[in-house]
Amino acid sequence: MSETHTGFWRRYVFSTDHKTIGKQYYFTAMVMALFAAAWSMLLRLQLAWPQQTWPVLGKLFPGLYQDGVLLPERYLSLVTMHGTVMIFFVISLALVSGFGNFIIPLQIGARDMAYPFLNMLSYWTVVPACLIMLGSFFAPDGAAGSGWTAYPPLSALSEAAPGSGLGQTLWILAMALWIASFTMGGLNFITTILNLRTRGMSMRRMPLTVWTLFIASILGVLCFPALTAAAIMLLLDRVGATSFFLPSGLVVGGQLLSYRGGGGSPLLFQHLFWFLGHPEVYVLVLPALGIIFDVVAVGGRRPVFGYRTSIGALIVVAVLSMIVWGHHMFVSGMSPYVGEYFSVATVTITAPFAVLAMNLVASLWRAEIRLNTALLFALALIAAVGIGGIGGIFLATATSDIYLHNSYFVVGHFHLMIAVVTFFAIFAGTYHWFPKMFGRQMNETLGRLHFWLTVPAVIVGFVAMHLLGMGGEQRHLYDPTVYQFLRPIQWLNVFISIVLALAAAAQFIFLGNLFYSLVRGPVAASNPWAATTLEWSTPSPAPHGNWPGELPVAYRGPYEYRVDDSPEGYTPQHLPPSPAPGAVPVPV
Amino acid sequence: MPASMTLEQSTSSWGGRRPYPIGLGVVLVTVAMLFSAFVAALLVRRTGADWTGIELPPLVWANTGILLVSSAAVEFARRAVRRGSTETAVRWLGVAATLGLLFLAGQLAAWHELTAQGLALASGPHAAFFYLLSGTHGAHVLAGVVALFWARARAARGAYRSQASGLTHAAIFWHFVGGVWLLLLAVLTTL
Repeated sequence: MSETHTGFWRRYVFSTDHKTIGKQYYFTAMVMALFAAAWSMLLRLQLAWPQQTWPVLGKLFPGLYQDGVLLPERYLSLVTMHGTVMIFFVISLALVSGFGNFIIPLQIGARDMAYPFLNMLSYWTVVPACLIMLGSFFAPDGAAGSGWTAYPPLSALSEAAPGSGLGQTLWILAMALWIASFTMGGLNFITTILNLRTRGMSMRRMPLTVWTLFIASILGVLCFPALTAAAIMLLLDRVGATSFFLPSGLVVGGQLLSYRGGGGSPLLFQHLFWFLGHPEVYVLVLPALGIIFDVVAVGGRRPVFGYRTSIGALIVVAVLSMIVWGHHMFVSGMSPYVGEYFSVATVTITAPFAVLAMNLVASLWRAEIRLNTALLFALALIAAVGIGGIGGIFLATATSDIYLHNSYFVVGHFHLMIAVVTFFAIFAGTYHWFPKMFGRQMNETLGRLHFWLTVPAVIVGFVAMHLLGMGGEQRHLYDPTVYQFLRPIQWLNVFISIVLALAAAAQFIFLGNLFYSLVRGPVAASNPWAATTLEWSTPSPAPHGNWPGELPVAYRGPYEYRVDDSPEGYTPQHLPPSPAPGAVPVPV
Repeated sequence: MPASMTLEQSTSSWGGRRPYPIGLGVVLVTVAMLFSAFVAALLVRRTGADWTGIELPPLVWANTGILLVSSAAVEFARRAVRRGSTETAVRWLGVAATLGLLFLAGQLAAWHELTAQGLALASGPHAAFFYLLSGTHGAHVLAGVVALFWARARAARGAYRSQASGLTHAAIFWHFVGGVWLLLLAVLTTL
């Protein structure tokens, strides 16, 4: 094997093996998650006890705190960085780049990605992006503070606010590198899925994880260029004194800015941003659903319900997701007719999305459930999609959104949909594929403990945020108690902070389980879950080149559980249809 | 695969077709979406109160001609490969790539000319869009020039005898970049 004559650097650092790159993405995301989660805890402390001083934190983070009080401008930086890092550097990296890289070639029967070198390059482009993003905290005026959406003029004028200085420029730079990396990844995913499927692996035999990653990659490739364009123009507004997004008559610190031409359109940035921003939600949520389809089929011992309708629904969701971005801008100034269109289009998404959710539920119909941690997280995800989806209907409708916009209702909603749902999928995927990734089993007892300490807490915590929003609490609010009308519901903030802190603490059980199992977990068999898809037909962990011998051939669909009289109760995809000895099987 | 066989030797069992056509397609879609976003931004921005049209330097028309001739040169190179005359192909590819570089130099000269007229990046939105669009386009032209030089080097090594997919893909990208420029020029001059 060629891996025997490659050194440490080529094997573990500058590797072109998709499995190594997938793990590199996964662990990078994990490190970034620790940062982003820690920031959110600082935010929750401030929101729950806004008047309190924290001398210890002041000593630990002298840049953020002054005399034990979190500085308001640093609060905004923390909000911005928490959102940006979680969306682009944690969820995207773990779920799409991490699992995507690891699982696509293994599930379609390929030896590697179509462009292994480009794959390595894409990882090593995202590393500097991470470092620049983290390093931006050390900029003279702190990290970017204009929110993860980076709306101008806050993001376009360095003098606009403390967080609009060098930190914002570094933010744009890091995002540009990230987009470049993600585009290389998308190019690789699409090409690999279209070109490198093994014999017999028709598109209609691909596991839904691969399908969702395929559709997510297409969405990414189509939508990220809009953000690239917006970022270039924003950068020019910042450093080139252009006014693509800057209107005239801007007043900063009591001074009218007269040196710019003005006439630019901040709304234009919002349109470009959300043309990417909304599909990005689906880039993250669709692979989460795909993973859950796989986990539910394995854990429920029956074929996925409505495999074909699910694929159709996925495609419809993807198409619709590109034409609904305006629902983020109902209060930004928009013709009511356009708003009506965006409302209707957004509500339409619930139809194909309901098909997906119902197919997941129906996949449990007459299931022979083998409840393990992966399946527990899958079931919790289905519940979270339902609970989070209800909030979405109120935000999709312009009438109710005008009241709820920019409130904690929105914060609670998107945390349920793209934080809870995607993290549950990351956990389910980890418990499910850990044996294949590392050749060992994770501890089931610790897994369940992790599950029970995490799931109720995050769902209750984020649902409670909806209530705060209905009570009128705005997001990005440094101290809610400055408003008389918010004081009666301040106890909710305390409650949310406590339950989410508990949930955050529970993640150390997950990390402990993961790292302990990495070294001491029981050695995994090649197919510990009795699963059908191709990745389980090779040893755990899969060797370089993925299969020791010939590539497997796909003779059947991906979810053949209890469909015939096979004694094991399942028929792997690579098993020839006729057991007659000597017969030459023909893949169809 | 047998233990004595390296992964690279067993490439035939890696399966699949050559990934380049689809890879190129994805790249073209990405680039097309990028310029669509820019053009959409221009359409919105030109409704601003401060939009005043500027006259582009006449040099851009000469540059456009150079880019079109260069596309023709690539086609001559492809015809030469089909006829089996490698030397002619190498020569035409050299011509095409050099014309590409000449186009870039011409665009820089046009920038210089415009700045000399007092129309810098920050002077107004139309000028800003001209610098933005021609600059971003120039970066893609540079990538195309690299591809053409790469194809020329491969042609010189005699790689394009039986099949010339690398050359075809470089050519497609080059024509695409040329087409994008024609559209951008139309947007910049007529709007």
